[in-house]
Amino acid sequence: MRSISDKLAFLVGSAEILENIDKLPPFRIFDSTVIEFLSAFSKTLSADQRTKRYPDVATFAFWCRKASVESLKKPYADVANRLGRGVVFHIAPSNVAVNFAYSLVAGLLAGNANIVRLPSKDFEQVDIICETINRSLTEAVRPYICLVRYERSEEINAYLSRKCDTRVIWGGDNTIAEIRKAPLKPRANEICFADRYSMCVINADKYLEADNKHIIAQNFYNDTYLSDQNACTSPRVVVWMGKNVAKAQAEFWDNLYPVVKEKYALQPARAVAKLAALYKLAAANEGARRQESVDNLILRVRVESLNENLMDYLDSCGYFLEYKAENLEEILPLCGDKLQTLSYYGVDPAEIERFVDTFRPKGVDRVVPIGKTMDFSLIWDGYDLIRSMSREVTVSKR
Amino acid sequence: MIDYEEILKIAPYSLCREEKEKLLSERLIRLTAFHYEQCGPYKRMLDAVGVKPEQIKTYYDIPFLPVSLFKELDLISVDRSEIFKVMTSSGTTGQAVSKTYLDKKTAGNQQKTLVKIVSDFTGSSRMPMLIIDSPSVIKDRAMFSARGAGILGFSIFGADKAYALDDEMKLNIKAVEAFLEKHQGKKILLFGFTFMIWQHFYKELVRLNRRLDLSDGILIHGGGWKKLVNEAVSHDEFNRKLHEVCGLTSIHDYYGMVEQTGCIYMECERGHLHASIFSDVVTRRAADFSPCGFGEPGIIQVVSMLPESYPGHSLLTEDEGVILGEDDCPCGRKGKYFKVIGRLKNAEIRGCSDTYAVNFR
Repeated sequence: MRSISDKLAFLVGSAEILENIDKLPPFRIFDSTVIEFLSAFSKTLSADQRTKRYPDVATFAFWCRKASVESLKKPYADVANRLGRGVVFHIAPSNVAVNFAYSLVAGLLAGNANIVRLPSKDFEQVDIICETINRSLTEAVRPYICLVRYERSEEINAYLSRKCDTRVIWGGDNTIAEIRKAPLKPRANEICFADRYSMCVINADKYLEADNKHIIAQNFYNDTYLSDQNACTSPRVVVWMGKNVAKAQAEFWDNLYPVVKEKYALQPARAVAKLAALYKLAAANEGARRQESVDNLILRVRVESLNENLMDYLDSCGYFLEYKAENLEEILPLCGDKLQTLSYYGVDPAEIERFVDTFRPKGVDRVVPIGKTMDFSLIWDGYDLIRSMSREVTVSKR
Repeated sequence: MIDYEEILKIAPYSLCREEKEKLLSERLIRLTAFHYEQCGPYKRMLDAVGVKPEQIKTYYDIPFLPVSLFKELDLISVDRSEIFKVMTSSGTTGQAVSKTYLDKKTAGNQQKTLVKIVSDFTGSSRMPMLIIDSPSVIKDRAMFSARGAGILGFSIFGADKAYALDDEMKLNIKAVEAFLEKHQGKKILLFGFTFMIWQHFYKELVRLNRRLDLSDGILIHGGGWKKLVNEAVSHDEFNRKLHEVCGLTSIHDYYGMVEQTGCIYMECERGHLHASIFSDVVTRRAADFSPCGFGEPGIIQVVSMLPESYPGHSLLTEDEGVILGEDDCPCGRKGKYFKVIGRLKNAEIRGCSDTYAVNFR
């Protein structure tokens, strides 16, 4: 045990806390002890000068405040007889700064003690959040949180996996395969966030009617370029419906361009990679056509048909496949198990609901308006995180 | 197509810009049309970017394929039965390797072109040749690695050949000294890969505290500076240190890639890499791929007259370089001269899926 915790850098918690973490009683879900802690933490974090520099930290602080948590709690009002499963071991993705914090808070709200493997990459956001947690910790919550960094180590993965009752793996297929080498306790469960892709559907005519096109552009930018269009939630395929598609496309991309031009730095190596992605797609798909563009910031390819193989030809950093569809049914081939978020503009979400209900695709876990793809929710990737990380106690009265 | 045999008769650094552009454009536009006809995936790529071969006016307008495509696709413009050699890049284990498919004609032209280019620096007579590598590199002839191909390609300049390293990549100092003894007084050609020379030849000589007399030798080396940059060895230091241990003064780096074997870019006496008439470099801006001006760093595009069996006559590399000038290098050679700055930085991008697992390897 000593030798393992010597290899861990504790940003929150300690070797002693880690050692005893699996001996704690769990909280109830949305326990007031946890909500009070989060509320104090949120206030301290919002007040931190450094938070202003990081919109992702500010958003997270806002999400943790009391009113927000109370509204997250509402759907669970009738399931108060749930307790945390015990210890949750979270493996955060290495190249997203704040994701670990959402995962941690979900674990706390579900009533658990939490061990989090922090991103290996140095993000100031991580430091700000960890410092703020340390300043806000109450004695009641302190034993429930260990945030650690460690060098790659199958030994540590195995040790922490043996300790937990739920393992949460972010970071995609490769990370999942690597972490799964470490066995779990017989009763432990696992939540895995695999490699996923997302898509956007826009009704051309409704878009043309919009008087806030620059805000739509900003929202779409946040959905895509803000995370190098490489988050699982980032749309990589844009499907157009309605009549005036050509006109709507022209206006949509013309509105987006200045936003990208102002805010986004395209790495030269990524410009080359996008060109390679275009040619690779074209080599295998008759009828793919590159659409006119000012420069390499936005690379759009029109495809003539949608088939499941297209998912192998997606790229990031401003690379979009476009398709004109007569009806939603046409997108079905892309709605396999790798499709996560379907974002929309001008399309009635009830219509999308009906589509899902009728065709029952393996994918499509979230349907959200443009601009909301990155909003964290306690139901993620099709999992109810609170329910997955807690257990229900049933008491029979007779 | 213009008979390449005729083009080969032209001295490699003898044409000025207008002459060269005319010759290159003519040949490269015809190659584009040929590959468009013969290679389905290539046709679809050009269709995707709306380029029709007959509308191309100059070779600057020919689409350039990122070299990484040769790792992912099998691109062939002749009947598969005519392929007799597959050249691969020497990728490290686990990485995808680049594959270029050669028929007899393209392979032959590669060899002839290499001879023309290198002879301009070494003279046309053969020399005793010391290969700073291990003989095992060329043993597997079915799959030609870039290293093996380089050695075999350059071997044509050697009258009598010896390998300086054994199968374990250890310096065989006895064999080297015996070889130099045997050819005392003659001009010796040394050939190898930059990093191998540094790691297994130079460092070993220093460790053994041996000096060799190669003051009349000529060293040609290539393969890139990436690993030496990691060791903080500059081009100048490389030359200076080799001079210290073996008196070499004639040292020529070259730039080239397995996807355009034959058309290498030799470093002249003034330290500039030169484009011959058989190929050219264009540097392009990352923002929109428009050509850079002289002195302006950009992504290196290479064009070559040679590839007939595969559509590799216009490629976008992952290297950054800068064209220093054209037709006016003090060494007297015509054509563009340039320097390579290094690999494009591949900064990690954001996103959910990460490289955590890769780190375990």
